[in-house]
Amino acid sequence: MAATSLPAAQPRALRAVRSFASRYGLIGVLLVMPVAFGIHDLQTEGDLSRLGNNLVDGLSNGSIWALVAIGYTLVYGIVELINFAHGEVFMLGSFVSAGFFGTIGLTAATGVPGLVAGLFLTLLVSMIALGVLNVMIERVAYRPLRNAPKLAPLITAVGFSFILQNVGLLWRGGSQQGIDDLINSQHELINFAGLSITHGDMLAIAVTIPLVLAMTAFISRSRLGKAMRATAQDPDAARLMGINVDTTISATFLLGGMLAGAAGLIYALYQTTIWYFQGFTAGLIAFTAAVMGGIGNIRGAVLGGLIIGGIQQISDNRIGSEWTPAIVFAYLVLIMVFKPSGLLGEQTREAG
Amino acid sequence: MTAATAAAGPSSRGGLDLPRGARVGLAAAAIVAGAVLPLFVDAGGGFIDDATVALAYVVMALGLNIIVGFAGLLDLGYVAFFAIGAYTMGYFGSLFHITANHGQGIHVLVSGPAANLPGIHLNFLLIIVLAIVATTIAGMVIGLPTLRLRGDYIAIVTLAFGEIVQRIAINGDEIKAFGTQLTAGRQGITPVDKIDLPFLAPFTSLQLRPWYWVAFALVLIALFVNFRLRDSRLGRAWIALREDEVAAVSMGVPLVKTKLLAYGTGAAFGGVSGAFLGSYLNTVNADQFQFSFSIFVLAMIILGGLGSIWGVVVGAVVLSFINNRLIPDVLNDVPAKIGLQFDLTELSFGIFGFLLVIMMVLRPEGLIPERRRQIELQSGIEDLAVGEESVYEAKVP
Repeated sequence: MAATSLPAAQPRALRAVRSFASRYGLIGVLLVMPVAFGIHDLQTEGDLSRLGNNLVDGLSNGSIWALVAIGYTLVYGIVELINFAHGEVFMLGSFVSAGFFGTIGLTAATGVPGLVAGLFLTLLVSMIALGVLNVMIERVAYRPLRNAPKLAPLITAVGFSFILQNVGLLWRGGSQQGIDDLINSQHELINFAGLSITHGDMLAIAVTIPLVLAMTAFISRSRLGKAMRATAQDPDAARLMGINVDTTISATFLLGGMLAGAAGLIYALYQTTIWYFQGFTAGLIAFTAAVMGGIGNIRGAVLGGLIIGGIQQISDNRIGSEWTPAIVFAYLVLIMVFKPSGLLGEQTREAG
Repeated sequence: MTAATAAAGPSSRGGLDLPRGARVGLAAAAIVAGAVLPLFVDAGGGFIDDATVALAYVVMALGLNIIVGFAGLLDLGYVAFFAIGAYTMGYFGSLFHITANHGQGIHVLVSGPAANLPGIHLNFLLIIVLAIVATTIAGMVIGLPTLRLRGDYIAIVTLAFGEIVQRIAINGDEIKAFGTQLTAGRQGITPVDKIDLPFLAPFTSLQLRPWYWVAFALVLIALFVNFRLRDSRLGRAWIALREDEVAAVSMGVPLVKTKLLAYGTGAAFGGVSGAFLGSYLNTVNADQFQFSFSIFVLAMIILGGLGSIWGVVVGAVVLSFINNRLIPDVLNDVPAKIGLQFDLTELSFGIFGFLLVIMMVLRPEGLIPERRRQIELQSGIEDLAVGEESVYEAKVP
């Protein structure tokens, strides 16, 4: 902070360039990949359908990241803690979902009404189970350390992420596991001007949009949501106003866990392979999304998730999926350099 | 704050409050015991093997302690420096650049079998110097974007860098530059030259005592540097930044220089240890450089006590013996005996995660706490008791 915030003795032109860079730098960086590959497509194939398909896949993938990113952003907004274990909560969401629909006997051969009802039930179970798990993590690992130096809860968060990863490892073993392709995920549903929209895309969007809308409505309208916003702004004042801060924080973790559970189900149905390590990468990608949108900001998390989904798909498709994590993390570092407050976020104390 | 933490407060006040003479004596005894230890065990056995690796981990933990313990910058990508040090060893001490000098090889001050092989072969001491240079630069480069950030954000950026380095290590076999690959990916660079010191015969994999003593010497150097740095102007500047950045800067501590020096120095130890381990383990393999290793090293310094030099040594030795001996050799068949079907080795990182949580909740100052941090943690509890400190006021470490 002090390194760059020296009183401006610089010429006006330089200052103008600097403010331009901090305002539009991130947007410019984000546009590099789509624009470059768009031009490349136009030159080699004459149309943009390949890029368009990347972006459609990016949207559906991105909506999964958006759901996970909201969990990060909610928790960060209220307790200023990066919940490292959140990616693992998402992973367990996939595991619980796959386990549950296996148990109630859903297979690819189940008829449409049964499938819809069964999946809806699975969604509920997964959301409740993971929400409760997230609340329990907060009780055990974060609440005792609320007064400790900030390093402490961060370290327990990392510790919990390893514990949960090992739970996943014990549950389903150390290798990628295929699960039933219940919704025939890659089957093309609509083909519109060269853009193909598959069952998986539809499912991701059909689950995400209502959930995000319900979530924003809950936070902006309900009493508990109001308490959450108050606690995020100033916990002391909130407590003075008679808000039960502990309950509010638990509710925040509950919401975050529920969204991660839903994301886990979508991921399992969409990718049809799950494994214990999926949460680590997913967690980092979703965290990047939350930071990109501006941490603490729900709309920002959704926007960031969709953008990261697009970047990820383009990179998977053009550069190679083995490089995708490196590219996403490079974006994370660039955001930190250009604009730590993100696209929609306010300047925070941490990122100032 | 739970009752458990509050209860841990008074009992931990004892710490290691020995008089100065007793502490010096204890340290000297530990050093002598460490130096003569290999004479009493089998020179090619498993114990000395584990002990050598443990010492290499001690060097790494002491390096990370400078970044996290002294300067308070939570670095979750420390494995990057291990990787860079190990790859320095791999580049300049193996058959990796097999076409170098038209297949004749380049040899600088090497003797023994390596002197006639193709590839680049440098003396181990030169490689150590190169590793220090490479990791110091890498440390500063990684530090640069984090200068404006604090707390959790530093953790995430360093983690991202660690992951980028690992990705490059894994996929580097796809990148070709100057006729060779960038890394050997998951195949690994192997064999790697054995350590070859002046006036001594080249080391072999059967006689492990010289390896142990080299690692021990590295630990002593690291300890010396740690103690001297902690008590220096720079060390005080680190601690001042850790305690209160704004206050430190306004008292004239140069922020950029101080933070970058912390990253650079801490990274250099990772590089030294990485080069040693590259040679000792005889392979430089991308799978060694996973995120979990960063956490493993972090767990060592948390267990021992952040910022406490002897604590870090103890933490590193304990954890590396748990990892390399207790879990795989002693406890591994326990689950099978009680009717569960898994190997305990698979769960070792779950166990470390559990350890991190337990330590943080019950004894956050570590086994052998640093005095300053211990006071800080206890006064935090007392503040809470009288209600002066806000429960939510995030104290930047």
